[in-house]
Amino acid sequence: MAIQSPEGAQITTDIVIDPTKDAIEIVGVSKIFKKKKPLVSRLLKRKKEAGKREVRAVDNITLTIKRREIVGILGANGSGKSTLVRILSTLLIPDAGYVRIFGYDVEKNERMVQRLINRVSVEASFFKKLSPMENLIYAARLYNMPGAEARAKIRSILGRLGIPKDRIGQPLENMSRGMQQKVAIARAFLTAPIVLLLDEPTTGLDPRSKIEVQTFVRELREQHDATILITTHDMDEAEALCDRVAIIDQGRIVAQGTVEELKQAVMERMERTTPVTMNEVFMHYTVAHLITDAEIARYGSWEKAFEAFEAQKEDEDE
Amino acid sequence: MSSLLHQGRASYAFFERNWNLTKRYLAWEIVWLVYNIVNAMSVTYIGASAQLITGVKINTSYLILYLLIGTSVWSYLSVTFEGVTDMITIERWEGTIEHTFMAPISRFTHLIGSCWYAVAHGLLFTFVQLIVVGSFFHLDLSHANYLTATFMLLAGSISFVGFGIGAAVLPLLFTERGSQMSYIVRAVLLLVSGVYYPVSVLPGWMQPLASISPATYVLNGLRAALLNNQAIWSGEIWSNTWPLIITGLVSVPLGVLIFKRAERYAKRTGRLKRNG
Repeated sequence: MAIQSPEGAQITTDIVIDPTKDAIEIVGVSKIFKKKKPLVSRLLKRKKEAGKREVRAVDNITLTIKRREIVGILGANGSGKSTLVRILSTLLIPDAGYVRIFGYDVEKNERMVQRLINRVSVEASFFKKLSPMENLIYAARLYNMPGAEARAKIRSILGRLGIPKDRIGQPLENMSRGMQQKVAIARAFLTAPIVLLLDEPTTGLDPRSKIEVQTFVRELREQHDATILITTHDMDEAEALCDRVAIIDQGRIVAQGTVEELKQAVMERMERTTPVTMNEVFMHYTVAHLITDAEIARYGSWEKAFEAFEAQKEDEDE
Repeated sequence: MSSLLHQGRASYAFFERNWNLTKRYLAWEIVWLVYNIVNAMSVTYIGASAQLITGVKINTSYLILYLLIGTSVWSYLSVTFEGVTDMITIERWEGTIEHTFMAPISRFTHLIGSCWYAVAHGLLFTFVQLIVVGSFFHLDLSHANYLTATFMLLAGSISFVGFGIGAAVLPLLFTERGSQMSYIVRAVLLLVSGVYYPVSVLPGWMQPLASISPATYVLNGLRAALLNNQAIWSGEIWSNTWPLIITGLVSVPLGVLIFKRAERYAKRTGRLKRNG
């Protein structure tokens, strides 16, 4: 099947993909960062103590996302969400496992994958002295979009995202963080990617802007058949937007399913009769370690076990 | 055909982006230009004062032009080199590095797209500098062959780009001070290429380094063109052109190859990210 993108960039019009294949296939992916100690301390310390410190950012993650699905990755800061997105974006090479986008391996078929994806990162990364138009024209040309077509489309998308016309030609450094983030979102939408990676895209946005972005994300799925992976720690956003969520903690997926499935599972585990919130679900799975039945029995209740582990975690952090 | 059009468009994207950045940082451009002009004048005045310093009668006019050619080539090399190595540093600083590296374009397109702006920028910059500095001295250009001079500068640009791409690996691998580390490449070229003096005054062990520096041949060719009116097809110019062709043919693909290896290493170790 050829990708149909009536408003999209030239980039995807000649790509043939198999719609029966999973959009994103992550299998056994791990990424370890080795952090060298400063040279002086390496020289002063004994050989045994010197050397590298390892940080396992992503630990044996397996996750499959179907075409047109919106999947949320929920995790605390430093849990490995962004590392996973950077692997999917072809910016990091995993140490183990593989990632495929519509059957194309992110490492072996890098260029093909790059044509299928786009990404919004938590920081709106732009040439701040340049205007939204100058930044987006640059991005559009990299994705093979002619200048005139790109200019018209940029004005249209920015207008829909609520960027005033008179700001389109002004330097981005004079814009609020929320507006800059909207321009970042416009950059990703400009190329009409069939897989969109959103790394905390609404962090720092006001409630109205968040809703506008969420509407735009849904529209991208409906009109362009896009598959969307979104990382967030906004539980309301996850609930509002995602077909499925996966909770990641210390580089590992500790739970995945629909929001309702996860809520039900935690409600049963906590022996509650009233519904649990997504915040409670998140806290349950990301507490120092997963609370087991034995631990609930040991501490008397889920809440007491949770408090005990949180206190223990704080002691360890100190 | 479609792919070629795409790569051409992408290459132009870098040129247009850098031109837009130059316009937005105009104050910095002016400061940088004044700095280079002042530096060039300081060096050229050494030539003007040589007779006073030594007390010996010498051809001051020749010496002034000799040094002026040196300062101009050095300025051109510096600006072009800076433009090439900055393509990583600025992107890391602004945070756009990840977006550029995940764009569906070849690394060759990316590098060459950045380089052809650096060359155009360097040529314009050097031309303005030459006009301003030249106006302070009485230059004897009666033996100058401008066509040969332009040819030598363009022929040398290819090699400068190759060396610049190789040096751009440093800011790619060393996230914080990589750009400053690339200064060492320029400094070595300044020392061994005969920018302000003939290579023959260098210690014997250092002189072979001059033969692998493209700046040596550009300087020799420019001096032959502007001081001795040598034509492009003359033996003296050819003896400096063929080494430049070889250096260009080797340094550009080698620079791109080294850059690709470094990029892969950066992707393995997580260095391909914004700084700050």
